[in-house]
Amino acid sequence: MAVLHPAPRFTLIEGLKSTLTDTLGDWLIEAHEEHGELLLTVKRDNIEDALRTLRDNHNYQQLMEIAGVDYPSRAERFEVVYMLLSVTKNSRIMVKCSASEDTPVPTVTTLWPNAGWLEREVFDMYGVLFAGNTDLRRILTDYGFEGHPFRKDFPLTGYHELRYSEDEKRVVYEPVELAQDLRQFDFMSPWEGADYVLPGDEKADIPPVDEPTTTESPKQTGAGAKTDKHAAEKVSAGAPAEEESDKDAPPPDPTEDREDRAKRKGKTTDTAKATQPKKGDIKETDA
Amino acid sequence: MSHGMQIEESPTTGDEVITNYTINFGPQHPAAHGVLRMVMELDGEIIERIDPHVGLLHRGTEKLIEHKTYLQALPYFDRLDYCSPLAQEYSYVLAIEKLLNVEVPERAQYLRVLFAELTRISNHMLNIGAHVMDVGAMTPNLWVFELREDCMNFFERASGARMHSAYFRPGGVHQDVPEKLLVDIGEWLDNRLPELFGDAMSLVLDNRIFKQRNVDIAVVSKDDAIAWGFSGPMIRAAGIPWDLRKSQPYDVYDRMEFDIPVGTNSDCYDRFAVRVKEVYESKKIIKQCLAQMPSGPIASDDRKVAPPKRAEMKQSMEALIHHFKLYTEGFHVPAGEVYVATESPKGEFGVYLVSDGSNKPYRCKIRPTAFSHLQAMDFMSRGHMLPDATAILGAIDVVFGECDR
Repeated sequence: MAVLHPAPRFTLIEGLKSTLTDTLGDWLIEAHEEHGELLLTVKRDNIEDALRTLRDNHNYQQLMEIAGVDYPSRAERFEVVYMLLSVTKNSRIMVKCSASEDTPVPTVTTLWPNAGWLEREVFDMYGVLFAGNTDLRRILTDYGFEGHPFRKDFPLTGYHELRYSEDEKRVVYEPVELAQDLRQFDFMSPWEGADYVLPGDEKADIPPVDEPTTTESPKQTGAGAKTDKHAAEKVSAGAPAEEESDKDAPPPDPTEDREDRAKRKGKTTDTAKATQPKKGDIKETDA
Repeated sequence: MSHGMQIEESPTTGDEVITNYTINFGPQHPAAHGVLRMVMELDGEIIERIDPHVGLLHRGTEKLIEHKTYLQALPYFDRLDYCSPLAQEYSYVLAIEKLLNVEVPERAQYLRVLFAELTRISNHMLNIGAHVMDVGAMTPNLWVFELREDCMNFFERASGARMHSAYFRPGGVHQDVPEKLLVDIGEWLDNRLPELFGDAMSLVLDNRIFKQRNVDIAVVSKDDAIAWGFSGPMIRAAGIPWDLRKSQPYDVYDRMEFDIPVGTNSDCYDRFAVRVKEVYESKKIIKQCLAQMPSGPIASDDRKVAPPKRAEMKQSMEALIHHFKLYTEGFHVPAGEVYVATESPKGEFGVYLVSDGSNKPYRCKIRPTAFSHLQAMDFMSRGHMLPDATAILGAIDVVFGECDR
């Protein structure tokens, strides 16, 4: 496929894939190229060895990023992706391994000092454990936060919200209460493979009935003798009489024809002193 | 700095040994450049250990992006590093274009390079001003803020917004710029920028106090800079001429002639000086863009990615349908994963984009520039005095919208 896009063009090393496949040997699960980028999937237990080899023997000196990804449908749901950069060969590769909640990934803080925070972030967001990282504290979430927010099953709204409580004079945490449901638009055309259920769709699945039940006589309705008797009456009771209302009263006269308001009797005074208390109003308190 | 002081072991009468004590630097401290809390262990005024606590501005941007279409997610990038919004959009837009393999017209590429460099100038104006103010100078900050204001006006004239432009779009830019804007940018670069910026820097660069506060502070060796994942001005100050615009060019950067300024001593002064030089290099790039920019379309003509012109929509039913589909459902991106990093003013800003073939990103990991740099704060400040911490922090150029995401 011809490259049309203007994205960063780093050096594409001839035969890099086969070279690295040979180097990593048994540690490697899969290697594939995509959009001119090389992705190596490595066995989890060998990730540190693999990255050490890449750093020391293949000049990938810098660890730029560790990204976690959650694929809940997989047996090992998390993927940990390491972005490596070679400043001498001007090349980038991605190395990844999979993990689950209870299978720790070997730490690479032994190789790069900046891996500490990057691993802390993946732990904080996804709950992936890193064996050997001595400082695996939460990093981005709040003090005392529970759960791992970037997992796909963690709701976008979270579970707790905080506000400043005027009564307690401090910030309080409360369960999330939404004034209206969180709106999730997907904009997918219904005829292009949308797999959600519309109200009423469930009726389509009810199997057809062989013998439809019918009501032959009033006795079969099960409504009781009293109701049956009422049903037998041919004429229904008349509608209740309309209440008398003055809705037919003539509209009020137009305002122009109204008489002027009666003149004020009091004297108009300057309002500047109106709010000043009179002498007698103030009680002497300095007794 | 005084608030939150806590003496670990209170000295008793006659005890002349001063014990180490721990202070809280921030999170509401003007020199912390945002909401950074640093727990510092001090021996007198000497820093023994720093434990930066980040995440006070964490907004879950990456999770929010997973719930938006590709185009709806774009404005989140303006709000990461709010001092250089267009530079963040750049990585994201390029990542989408890489997955789609869509062609971008030349004029759009030039416009993007031009505005990315203008963003660099605007970002460095803020950082340079804040850095000198952190170490005690007031006037230069006021002057360079004038220039930043000018940049903001240019952004506004191009996109309608001063800060959160959302100007770069997958397949090009949002709209073409008026000819007068390009003329004005050229005049500004020739007259106002060198004059005001030159004046401001003449007050700082050879200033005795400024040198006393910055030279030989937080020296980082080349090996350390590489091992700690430094990028941008931080790695260049360490003497490594590493610039993604040069080594891994995107858009039309490979046609630009510019130099990479590098430091010699790898201290805070060098980091500052590298940024000052970069402003002039950015000026060179913008001038070349203005000279070379061809006329033509400013967005891809692939109607499945870039919307049609409004005039076209008035005439063509097909254009109207394309527009409607793009702004409701959005475009679908083929399944795959890419990591795209560009040279933002602060360093390598990367986007790891995983697509599952739908109209929303499956995962969008943002690689902030500040994370690696701030993590090195501990080893860079060890043994320095407490006031040096502000200089080191200023030279890192950290913005918490981006660090905490």
